[in-house]
Amino acid sequence: MEHIRTTKVEQVKLLDRFSTSNKSLTGTLYLTATHLLFIDSHQKETWILHHHIASVEKLPLTTSGCPLLIQCKNFRTVHFIVPRERDCHDIYNSLLQLSKQAKYEDLYAFSYNPKQNDSERLQGWQLIDLAEEYKRMGVPNSNWQLSDANREYKICETYPRELYVPRIASKPIIVGSSKFRSKGRFPVLSYYHQDKEAAICRCSQPLSGFSARCLEDEHLLQAISKANPVNRYMYVVDTRPKHRMQSWRAIPKDIGRIILNAMANRAAGKGYENEDNYSNIRFQFVGIENIHVMRSSLQKLLEVNGTKGLCVSDFYSGLESSGWLRHIKAVMDAAIFLAKAIMVESASVLVHCSDGWDRTSQVCSLGSLLLDSYYRTVKGFMVLIEKDWISFGHKFSERSGHLDGDTKEVSPVFTQFLECVWHLTEQFPQAFEFNEAFLLQIHEHIHSCQFGNFLGNCQKEREELKLKEKTYSLWPFLLDDQKKYLNPLYNSKSQRFTVLDPNTVSFNFKFWRNMYHQFDRTLHPRQSVFNIVMHMNEQNKQLEEDIKDIESKIKQHRNKQTEDVLTKELLNSVHPESPVLKTSLCFKEQTLLPVNDALRTIEGSNPADNRYSDYAEEFSKSEPTVVSLEYGVARMTC
Amino acid sequence: MEFAELIKTPRVDSVVLHRPFYPAVEGTLCLTGHHLILSSRQDSTEELWLLHSNIDAIDKRFVGSLGTIIIKCKDFRIIQLDIPGMEECLNIASSIEALSTLDSITLMYPFFYRPMFEVIEDGWHSFLPEQEFELYSSATSEWRLSYINKEFAVCPSYPPIVIVPKSIDDEALRKVASFRHGGRFPVLSYYYKKNGMVIMRSGQPLTGTNGRRCKEDEKLINATLRAGKRGYIIDTRSLNVAQQARAKGGGFEQEAHYPQWRRIHKSIERYHVLQESLIKLVEACNDQTHNMDRWLSKLEASNWLTHVKEILTTACLAAQCIDREGASILIHGTEGTDSTLQVTSLAQIILDPRSRTIRGFEALVEREWLQAGHPFQQRCAQSAYCSSKQKWEAPVFLLFLDCVWQILRQFPCSFEFNERFLIVLFEHACASQFGTFLGNNEGERCKLKLQQKTMSLWSWVNRPSELSQFTNPLFEANNLVIWPSVAPQSLQLWEGIFLRWNRSSKYQDEAYEEMVNIIEYNKELQAKVNVLRRQLAELETEDRPRQSP
Repeated sequence: MEHIRTTKVEQVKLLDRFSTSNKSLTGTLYLTATHLLFIDSHQKETWILHHHIASVEKLPLTTSGCPLLIQCKNFRTVHFIVPRERDCHDIYNSLLQLSKQAKYEDLYAFSYNPKQNDSERLQGWQLIDLAEEYKRMGVPNSNWQLSDANREYKICETYPRELYVPRIASKPIIVGSSKFRSKGRFPVLSYYHQDKEAAICRCSQPLSGFSARCLEDEHLLQAISKANPVNRYMYVVDTRPKHRMQSWRAIPKDIGRIILNAMANRAAGKGYENEDNYSNIRFQFVGIENIHVMRSSLQKLLEVNGTKGLCVSDFYSGLESSGWLRHIKAVMDAAIFLAKAIMVESASVLVHCSDGWDRTSQVCSLGSLLLDSYYRTVKGFMVLIEKDWISFGHKFSERSGHLDGDTKEVSPVFTQFLECVWHLTEQFPQAFEFNEAFLLQIHEHIHSCQFGNFLGNCQKEREELKLKEKTYSLWPFLLDDQKKYLNPLYNSKSQRFTVLDPNTVSFNFKFWRNMYHQFDRTLHPRQSVFNIVMHMNEQNKQLEEDIKDIESKIKQHRNKQTEDVLTKELLNSVHPESPVLKTSLCFKEQTLLPVNDALRTIEGSNPADNRYSDYAEEFSKSEPTVVSLEYGVARMTC
Repeated sequence: MEFAELIKTPRVDSVVLHRPFYPAVEGTLCLTGHHLILSSRQDSTEELWLLHSNIDAIDKRFVGSLGTIIIKCKDFRIIQLDIPGMEECLNIASSIEALSTLDSITLMYPFFYRPMFEVIEDGWHSFLPEQEFELYSSATSEWRLSYINKEFAVCPSYPPIVIVPKSIDDEALRKVASFRHGGRFPVLSYYYKKNGMVIMRSGQPLTGTNGRRCKEDEKLINATLRAGKRGYIIDTRSLNVAQQARAKGGGFEQEAHYPQWRRIHKSIERYHVLQESLIKLVEACNDQTHNMDRWLSKLEASNWLTHVKEILTTACLAAQCIDREGASILIHGTEGTDSTLQVTSLAQIILDPRSRTIRGFEALVEREWLQAGHPFQQRCAQSAYCSSKQKWEAPVFLLFLDCVWQILRQFPCSFEFNERFLIVLFEHACASQFGTFLGNNEGERCKLKLQQKTMSLWSWVNRPSELSQFTNPLFEANNLVIWPSVAPQSLQLWEGIFLRWNRSSKYQDEAYEEMVNIIEYNKELQAKVNVLRRQLAELETEDRPRQSP
C-alpha cells in the first residue's frame, strides 16, 4: 500500500486508558492494509480496523516516547507510546490516510473476501426481501397499493424504487406532493398495522415556509386518512422541537424580520403542516434535536467517560450536561406516541422531521418495533433496519463518516436507535429474540465498511456502486453466527409482549456501559450472568439430544438382548451369569459433560486490572498525607 | 402502659387502601398494639399487615369528612389510606403516631411475637464467638480469647468475649481501653490465613492536643506485627477531621510513637451527611415527574453513590494491604462503630469466600456489626421521611448492604445469597418481629434478655424453606479474592431498594424465574444423562461377554 511506510514497530507501549500511574503493556505494533495490530508480550492481540478510526492524535513528545492517541467509532480508545518519533510520525500519517478514504471503491468491503461464490453472495443479498415484508404486514390490500411512481428514481432520488401509497392517491397527486416536500420525499407507507388497519407513514417537511400550501399534498394526506376505515383522524408528528420551529413562524414584530425570516425559511426549506389547511389532522411536535446537537452531545458524553480518575459527581453531572439520555428519552417518547395512536385510537400517523431520514427513521422504526413482535426477532430486526433505515435513505455513509468528507454530517443517529432498543431489552428482558451482543455487532459493522449494507446514502447510490456484485451482505453472516446473538430468556409465546408499553420515567434510563465502554473490560462485571445462562441454555439443548441418543442406544441394546436370549433359548443353552455384570453395578458415575467452571472464569481477578489500586495512588498524589503503598516511596507529611 | 390506651379507634370500616402498582382496595382497618392491618374480607387474606415500628412518618389531610392518611415507611414504601369520618381518621393517625414511636424497647413487637414455625436451630447460638475463634486457632496461636469485658465494664459497646494478641494480658488491655475512644481497644477483626496478616479495629486513640501516648497501646499494636514487618493504620477520616478530633480529646496515632506503622487517611462520611444523602436520594427516586436533567442532577446531588464509592475504595485498599502488600492493618475512625465496621466487613467480603456464603455472611453481620457494637437502635430509629432529625441517625448499615450489592452485581456467581437476602436484612434492621437488631450493643441486649424473650432472625432465615428464596442459583464457590471495580461507570443505583416501590419489576422478576428454570432444567438433564450413561455402560458390558464367550 502506498500509504504505509512503516509496517512494524517494536517496543511500543499500550497505556491503560484509565490508569493514572501510566500502567502499560509493551508489545509490537503492525500496520496492515486494513488493520492496525498490536501484539503484547502475552501474545494478546488488539485489532483495529482502519475504518473504525475516528481520530488519530499525536500528543507532545514525552521522555518515554511519542504518544499516539487513537479514538475509534466503536468507542475503543487506545493510547500508544512509540519509542521513536519518526516511527510515530509514519504511523500517524499512514493512519490519517488509511482511515479517511476518498472513494467508496477503496473501502474494505470492496476487497473483503469471505470465500463465498457468486451465487452464495447473491443468496446473501436476497435474504432480506422487503416486498415479502410488506406482504407480511398485509399490503397491498384494498386501501394500499404499490406505486410505480418512483420506479426510475424520478420523483425522489433518496427513496427506494418500490413505495406503498393509498390506493386512491393518483400519480399527479403524488408528483404534486413530492414537489412540495423537501427532497421530494412525499408521504409513503412505513408500517401497516393489520388489526387496527392503521398506518405509520413517513415523509420530509413540507416546503410551506411562511404560508404556502399545496393542494396535492393536502389530498395525499387526506388519502392516507381515508385509507384508515376505523379512524378518519390522523396524527401528523413533527419530530423536531417546537421552540426551534416556532421561532421563525411566530409573527415577528418588525417587517424587516418578517421578510428575513420568510427568506430564511424558504432558503432552509423549513416548514410544517398548518392544521387549518389539512382536514382531519392533528398536529404534534415531539421534540427530538437535530444531528448537530446529537453529535456534540455524544462528544460531551465521551469526554466525560474518558476522564481518568472520574468521580461519581462528575460522572453524573457530565451525563446530565451531555444531554445524551434526555435525547434517548425523547426518541423513545416519540415512538411510544406512535404506538399509542395506533393501539389506542386506531389512528394513522404521518411522521417527518426536516429531510425525513434521521429522526423520522428513528421514530418510525422504533414505533414499529413496539407494535410488532416480529421486529424483535433476529431476522425481523434485520428487516426493520433494511426497511426504515437502508431503503428509506438514512445517510449511513455520511452519518458515520465512511469517506473523507464533511464532519458536520457525522451524527450518531443510528447509534441512538440501537440504544433505544437496548433500553427496551432492559425493560422487557424476555421480549427480544436477540441479545445485547447482536446490537453491538450491528453497531460495529455500521462503521466497519466490511459489508456492503451500510455503504452509500441511499438505494440509488448503492445500485450505482454495484454493491450487490462487488460486496457482501452482513446479514447472512450474522445469521450463521446466530447462536451468539440469541437471548436465552426469550419468550416468543407470551401474548403480553405483542405490544410493548415501556415506562419512560427518567430513572429507567441508564448509561449503556457495554456500548460506550465496550473495550474497557476493567469496568465490566467480572462474571456475566447472561453468558452463563446462554451457555447453559445451549448445553440444555445438547443434553436433550444426548438423552435421545443414549435412549435409542439403550433400546437397541435391549432389543438385541431379547433377540439374543430368544436365539439362545432356541439353542437350549443357558448362558451362565457373567461375572462382569457384578462389577458393572459398581460403575462409577462420571460427568462426561463440560464442567461449568469453564464458563465462569473470572476476569479481572488479577488486582492489577482493577482501578482502586490506581485510586490509592491517586489519593497519594492529591493528598500528601496518604502514603503510597510502596515502602520506598512512603512519605508522611503530617 | 397498655396499648389499649393508645388505641382510641381500633376498627374502621370502608377504608380504601392505595399502594403503588396495585388497584385500590376497600376493607376494614384494624389497629393492634403492633400492627396496622387492612382486610377486604375476601379470600380471607389481608391486603396490608404493617408493623408500626416500620412507620417513619405520617401525613394527614381532609377533604370534607373524608380523611386521608399517608404512611411513609422506613423501607421507603408510601401507602395511602382513605378513612371516612374525621374523628376516626384523627384517632387512627394519633394512634399510629404514638405506637410507631414507643420509647421503651420492651414494648416492641419482638417481645410479643410468638413464632408460628418450629425452631430447628436457635439463631442466638448459631454464631458463638468461641466457635468463630476456633476457625482461626487452628491456623495461629498468636491470638487468644479475652473475657475481660465479661461485665461490659471495660468497654460498654464490646461483646463479653474478644480476640486479642496472646502476648498482651488483660491488665494491659484495661490500660489500652482507657486510651481508646469508648474503651474500644484494638481487637482482631479478621485473620487472613493465606499469609497470616490481620485486620484489627478500634476506637480513635485519645491523644488530645498534647499528644498523650500509651505504652501499652503501642505494645499491643506492635505485638500483631511479625518480625521486620510493617503495617498500615487506616483512619476512615480525612486528616483534617482527625486533627480536629484532637481538640475534643481524640486524635490519631503519631508516626513517631508507632514507627512500624504507616497511616492512611480516607474520608468516609458519617451521621447527618449520610442521613441527608439518603433523604435526597429517596426524594429523587420518589418523584416520577422529574425530567432527565433534573433526575440526573438530583441523583448526583444526593451523593449516595459517592459514599458507596468511597467506602468500597477504602475496603479495597484494606484488602489490598492484606493480600497484595502482605501487611496487617488497623482500622478506626472516631468511635469505631460505623465507617470502621463498613470497611472491616467489606474487606472480608472481598478476601474471604466464606463471608460470601449465607451462613458466612450471617456470621459476618453477627461479628462485625452486632457484636462489634454498631448502634442499630440509634442508627435505624428513623429513615428518609422523618422530619425530626436526630444526629445519631444514619444509614450506615444500608450503605454497607449497598456496597455488598455492588460487589454481588460484579461477581454474580461468587455469592451464595441473592439480592433478596440483602433486602430482607435491611427490612429487619428497620423493623422486625425478631430481636436480633434490637439494642445498640451486646451489653444492652444482655440486659434486655433478648435471647430469652425474643426470637433470633437467624432462627427463621436458616430454615430450609426460607433459605431457598435467598439462595443464588448461579452460585459456584469461588476461592479467589474478588476485586470489584469502583469506577462510577461500574456502580449503579440499587433499584431493588430505592426504586422498589416506584416501578414495577414484573418483567425482571419473570426473567429471573426463567433463568432459574433454565438452571434447574440443566441440573435435571445432567442427572438424567448420567443415569442413562450408566445404564448404557451396563448394557454394553453385559453384551460384550455374550458376543465373545
